Amino acid sequence: MAAHLTAQRTIVLVGHGMVGQRFLEALADRGVTARDRVVVFCEEPRPAYDRVHLTSYFSEGTTPEELSVVEDGFMERHGIELRVGDPAVAVDRNARTVTARSGLTVRYDTLVLATGSYPFVPPVPGKDAEGCFVYRTIEDLLAIEAYAKRPTTVTGAVVGGGLLGLEAAGALKGLGLATHVVEFAPRLMPVQVDDGGGEALRRTVEGLGVSVHTAVGTQRIGTGPDGRVNSMALSDGSALATDLVVFSAGVRARDDLARSCGLPVGERGGVVVDERCRTADEAVYAIGECAQAADGRVYGLVAPGYEMAETAARTIAGDAGSFTGADLSTKLKLLGVDVASFGDAHGAAAGCLDVLYSDSRSGVYRKLVMGADGTLLGGILVGDAESYGILRPLTGSVPPVAAEHLVLPAGAGAPVLLGPGALPDEAVICSCHNVTKGVIRGAVTEHACGTVPEVKKCTKAATGCGSCEKVVGQLVTAELEANGVTVDKGLCRCFAHTRAELYEIVLALRIGSYRELLDGHGRETARGGEGCEICKPAVASVLASLAPAIGASVHVLDGEQAAIQDTNDRFLANMQKNGSYSIVPRIPGGEITPEKLIVIGEVARDFGLYTKITGGQRIDLFGARIEQLPLIWTRLVDAGFESGHAYGKALRTVKSCVGETWCRFGVQDSVRMAIGLELRYRGLRAPHKLKSAVSGCARECAEAQSKDFGVIATASGWNLYVGGNGGATPRHADLLAQDLSDAELVRLIDRFLMFYVRTADRLERTSVWLGRIEGGLDHVREVVVHDSLGICDSLEALMAAHVAHYRDEWADTVNDPERLRRFVSFVNAPDTPDPTVRFVPERGQIRPEPATAPAAVPVALSETVTV
Amino acid sequence: MTTHVTRAMVRIGFGEGWVPVCVPGRVEPGRAVAVLLPDGSQAAVFRIRGGALHAIGNVDPFTGAGVLAHGLTGSLDGRPYVASPLLKQRFDLASGRCLDDDAVAVPVYPVVEE
Ligand code: SRM
Ligand SMILES: Cc1cc2nc3c(=O)[nH]c(=O)nc-3n(C[C@H](O)[C@H](O)[C@H](O)COP(=O)(O)OP(=O)(O)OC[C@H]3O[C@@H](n4cnc5c(N)ncnc54)[C@H](O)[C@@H]3O)c2cc1C
Ligand code: SF4
Ligand code: FES
Repeated sequence: MAAHLTAQRTIVLVGHGMVGQRFLEALADRGVTARDRVVVFCEEPRPAYDRVHLTSYFSEGTTPEELSVVEDGFMERHGIELRVGDPAVAVDRNARTVTARSGLTVRYDTLVLATGSYPFVPPVPGKDAEGCFVYRTIEDLLAIEAYAKRPTTVTGAVVGGGLLGLEAAGALKGLGLATHVVEFAPRLMPVQVDDGGGEALRRTVEGLGVSVHTAVGTQRIGTGPDGRVNSMALSDGSALATDLVVFSAGVRARDDLARSCGLPVGERGGVVVDERCRTADEAVYAIGECAQAADGRVYGLVAPGYEMAETAARTIAGDAGSFTGADLSTKLKLLGVDVASFGDAHGAAAGCLDVLYSDSRSGVYRKLVMGADGTLLGGILVGDAESYGILRPLTGSVPPVAAEHLVLPAGAGAPVLLGPGALPDEAVICSCHNVTKGVIRGAVTEHACGTVPEVKKCTKAATGCGSCEKVVGQLVTAELEANGVTVDKGLCRCFAHTRAELYEIVLALRIGSYRELLDGHGRETARGGEGCEICKPAVASVLASLAPAIGASVHVLDGEQAAIQDTNDRFLANMQKNGSYSIVPRIPGGEITPEKLIVIGEVARDFGLYTKITGGQRIDLFGARIEQLPLIWTRLVDAGFESGHAYGKALRTVKSCVGETWCRFGVQDSVRMAIGLELRYRGLRAPHKLKSAVSGCARECAEAQSKDFGVIATASGWNLYVGGNGGATPRHADLLAQDLSDAELVRLIDRFLMFYVRTADRLERTSVWLGRIEGGLDHVREVVVHDSLGICDSLEALMAAHVAHYRDEWADTVNDPERLRRFVSFVNAPDTPDPTVRFVPERGQIRPEPATAPAAVPVALSETVTV
Repeated sequence: MTTHVTRAMVRIGFGEGWVPVCVPGRVEPGRAVAVLLPDGSQAAVFRIRGGALHAIGNVDPFTGAGVLAHGLTGSLDGRPYVASPLLKQRFDLASGRCLDDDAVAVPVYPVVEE
């Protein structure tokens, strides 16, 4: 044992950020962790997380846990000793020891510094006042969020208009603050873009409601009598009233540990390392933002840091590796604005020329820097960075088409659309992980990856900043097609069309029947057949959504429609495990009078139904037999209840918080709005169920951000969020538009819902749909807010038709003897209840009798049964 | 021209005889009705698109619930089937065989319309 221990080296890593973690992974990949002892000192209270996507905590509601970049069980699997919350405080290079704050001292054979950077705070008076923050860690974000939610915090200012400053501004805006950005340079993002790009960026950013102040410095932070920030004095003599300040004026390498143990650091900071990432001391390495690389630069981006991590790990493992520099290409989405710069963006090379396209109306600015010989040297893209994925890999080569075609917008005389097919195999597609086109193609051809997620897993491409994902997708599709794989996008065995295509066919040809659609538009093999259980409900949903517009019957139980409804829709109730049904009356917004509550109670008591408050702010009555459904509903309809469509792929609930009328924080009447929305969209059938909620203020008690469309009150109107989801794969909704009036809100929801109904796949919730459709949220915003397809009038008309034709399905059913005839357990014994429906008592109510004879068949979780 | 006064009936074969089910119009294409049999067991009588009738047991062997009459029908290679509304296993309407589990089947009954 002792012999083994002496043979083992000890590697100590100080700093567990993104680069540190990458270093550990590289060590593990090379088998070093299996041999040597590895100890990690981590200053922050949590293991490494994705700092690059820090802002998604605000913009997408990503939780701190989701930001983690450490795979579950990674440390245990590789026997790495991770000391969370225990920073290193001293290094003794003679004794080769590191001492941590806890007092632990570890002897090392190899020491790796990956301590990152700290935000630079200019030494202005008042910078330490309560209300001043920096933007670097999850703790910073939590503190900003808590402070922004104080009722007295209404305005925020960001010092610094660079990349991170604009991200911080976006976050403040998202927190509902009036937001200012103060930048010392004459333009925004001075490092990445030029004056023209800065101007385009400024217009767009201002258009989003952020006030931009350039060419002014911050001189002093003013405070009120309570010591909290209340203003900011600027160098042009003016003052800004502000309750919160975020400093984002650049970062500085954290080289303090290295300095104190006598390691050389660069002029402007950063531990000096050679091309193998070794410091002046052979036993000590430095990687990531704390290092000054062999080319004399300190890189503030994650991709060069990853390369350094690989280089150090290779060297330690005894393999060859070197890092001599990286390019500073970046593509970002700041406040929803695309900004990209790559290569020699500022045209530093001798004799280079600019090719420029600028359209201030749309905020698009594109500049390419070309060498005298026609080589693409670099460029800047603002407002529309679609082509970044292609242009960056082309850098250093002569593009196959003339440069002007590369900057002109599609359709504006650009005859050739350059696709990823034009790239050579050596072109680096994913710069975060240094993955070439050849490797991606190989993943498809040699490793049989058939989908983008598989390729991501196999190559790591598109798992960093994500900016290359689209090109990766295009390459995968192209490669599959080149290999003769055709991906059948058809709905099922019966239809080669997608649901969205069938919707268009039904609408255009006014087809009102499933059979007509199957026989006229189904696959040859399916025509004239029975169809199947997949397309029947999907077509039923399309027909129901379009019935008013194409003049078909609106009642889902009429004519042939009845036979293609899913089981639940057939009886306008939810079938339970023992064949009984549940009943959910609509309770719009969750508001109910005592009288109505009493009716529900009486009905439940009289029919012996199990009664439960649902997760949707209403009441479910379980255990009804088919023949009881009409009797129960006759009483409910008499008392003014309507169907709650718990059985349909349709609008379910619009939950509400109590809002302004009662709550001390409420700024709008959320209950009124929720009821209005629920009544407007009730009965709307959709590709999947639709849920909504309205909260009366940013505290969000109604959980609107987990809904397909969620509404949150602001002081001046409503914010509309879309694409949220609870369930198995939760997703926080995205902000679609802000500060809307009642009428604007309703109009936008009309358009959004109808666009979804029109284009989504079968059983595709809005969250999945938003993630799938080309262009994602931006495209949807273009279509429904800016009417880029010119279809908003028709979307609104479709919704108007729905609203005008809505009728309560249950009222129509209990008043129609023809429909009622179907509500029997046995056609030949209408008065006999189904003997297989049996109950036993439990906690004073009923429950289905546990299954006896046929043992329960296990159902795998993946095959979730959709009803 | 003669007028027939006897009403047509759907009947299901059970034991030695035929149990009346309902008038033909109550079994609509693409749908089914559940039938209570004299011994307390139950059947589901389906009408497929072309008009033909099929009768199988109504109880879903996977859950024990009498629900197959409420499932959606479809066809595979020209053979009609019903998908159980609970856990979605499919049953061939002519043979009663479960298409998703060879070991499982439901009974089949003769059915006539006269
Ligand atoms: C009754 C209720 C549970 C309860 O006792 O509280 C319920 C019950 C069922 N849910 Fe739910 N869900 C209920 C609220 C929810 C919620 C909470 C909410 O709405 O705020 C969620 C998460 C929010 C969401 O949908 O995003 C929820 C996410 C699901 C999912 C997962 C959906 C997803 O996108 O991942 C399913 C499965 C599906 O739809 O495919 C599901 C499916 C079902 C089914 C249909 C399962 C089934 O196949 O039988 C249940 C039938 C209910 C019945 O027979 O009446 N239920 N279900 C709730 C009825 C709410 C209502 O008043 O209408
Ligand atoms: C909001 C934001 C957005 C960004 N966006 C991008 C982007 O789009 N693209 C891009 O390429 N880059 C981006 N960056 C920069 C990127 O996050 C960094 O380049 C990257 O995180 C550097 O990794 P690192 O491991 O070197 O440093 P860090 O991630 O800073 O990690 C260093 C860690 O070491 C710890 N540490 C320091 N001293 C000690 C000590 N003595 N003992 C123990 N632990 C210590 C620190 O607490 C920290 O956890 C962004 C950064 C921020 C803040
Ligand atoms: S969300 Fe609604 S209930 Fe919650 S604090 Fe705000 S107004 Fe009050
Ligand atoms: S370029 Fe960042 S993930 Fe591919």
